[in-house]
Amino acid sequence: MTVVIEARDVEFAFGQTPALRGASVAVEAGEILAIMGPSGSGKSTLLHCLAGILVPDAGEVLFDGIRVDALAETQRSSLRRDRFGFVFQFGQLVPELTAAENVALPLLLSGVHRKQALPRAYAWFARLGLDGLEQRRSGELSGGQAQRVALARGMVTEPQVLFADEPTGALDSLTGEQVMDLLVGAAREQGTTVILVTHEPRIAAYADREVMVRDGRVNAPDRIAS
Amino acid sequence: MSVPLTLLGLLEREPSHGYDLKRDYDAFFGRGKPLPFGQVYSTLSRLARDGKVVISDVAPGSGPDRKRYVITDVGATEVEQWLTQPVDPEPHLQTVLFAKVVLALMLDRPAAEYLDTQRSAHLHRMRELTEIKRAGSLVDALLADHGLYHLEADLRWIEMTGARLDALRKEVRR
Repeated sequence: MTVVIEARDVEFAFGQTPALRGASVAVEAGEILAIMGPSGSGKSTLLHCLAGILVPDAGEVLFDGIRVDALAETQRSSLRRDRFGFVFQFGQLVPELTAAENVALPLLLSGVHRKQALPRAYAWFARLGLDGLEQRRSGELSGGQAQRVALARGMVTEPQVLFADEPTGALDSLTGEQVMDLLVGAAREQGTTVILVTHEPRIAAYADREVMVRDGRVNAPDRIAS
Repeated sequence: MSVPLTLLGLLEREPSHGYDLKRDYDAFFGRGKPLPFGQVYSTLSRLARDGKVVISDVAPGSGPDRKRYVITDVGATEVEQWLTQPVDPEPHLQTVLFAKVVLALMLDRPAAEYLDTQRSAHLHRMRELTEIKRAGSLVDALLADHGLYHLEADLRWIEMTGARLDALRKEVRR
């Protein structure tokens, strides 16, 4: 398999507080990787560096042969919009927009015409069991429904990499597992690489592999033969 | 709890008499269930028979002679293998994990690495159960969930223990 995204000896500090101290991880195309670790270990910071949201103080981030850390902000912004998808703990839907418009938003921001963008968004409603909710606003959705809309928004551009930061953290166990089931199913169908940050073992168990972040470093346990 | 391996681990720390081994076993691993003297000596005899310990000296006393036991290379290798290999991730293995962690700290072994290896073994099993859940019927899912929640409880214990290793080390080292 080919490595699609990689962090090499990445260091990052918030002011004087180091968050990453030489973190390295490589993710293969189509792989679902769980990044685990205790609170404050640096796992979300690592995801943000991989996704080009944060620029490391030292080290390299490579995506598809591109040095992400060396790109200008506008280029990283394009990369995030066009080739990456995101799902966060709280769906962060735009409350003024309908669910369908929220899902279509990344396409609209990429310049796809509304007439093309909305049908592509609607297709995800059926796929994620959200039929009939297209015109609702975020305040009219349950937590699980809102997170599935957020997942649809993350997947609508058919990204190469989906970054999911505690995507079930605000949901009850059953709803969280339903969201994970849909996330994994959609990613497998599309061949999307998923980088999932979670502190919950049952959520990490949906991934192909896990790494532990501790004190800003990545500890990848030996793979256990199937 | 594996009594022979735990006694071997205690002997790796330092050569000891049967009485001392029983005292340390009861203090750290007995948890209100002391190891009978008979079991201590029968276990040591078997370990000696299998070449895992040898008697270094015999001190005469008013009662039975006091034998001092020393771990052999064979015994030390067995302890090493036991500590480094993850336990099969099945529910209710807390006592074995507990013994491994305490002994690893006593012997100045990398307890955090052993916990990482065990976490990985648990997550591997959880992935298998999750796949069963995703692919199977609701009944399969319920059974898989039962296993998953027990394994998750172990993992929570592993996380908590990992966070307390420094404090535990101070408590069990002398």
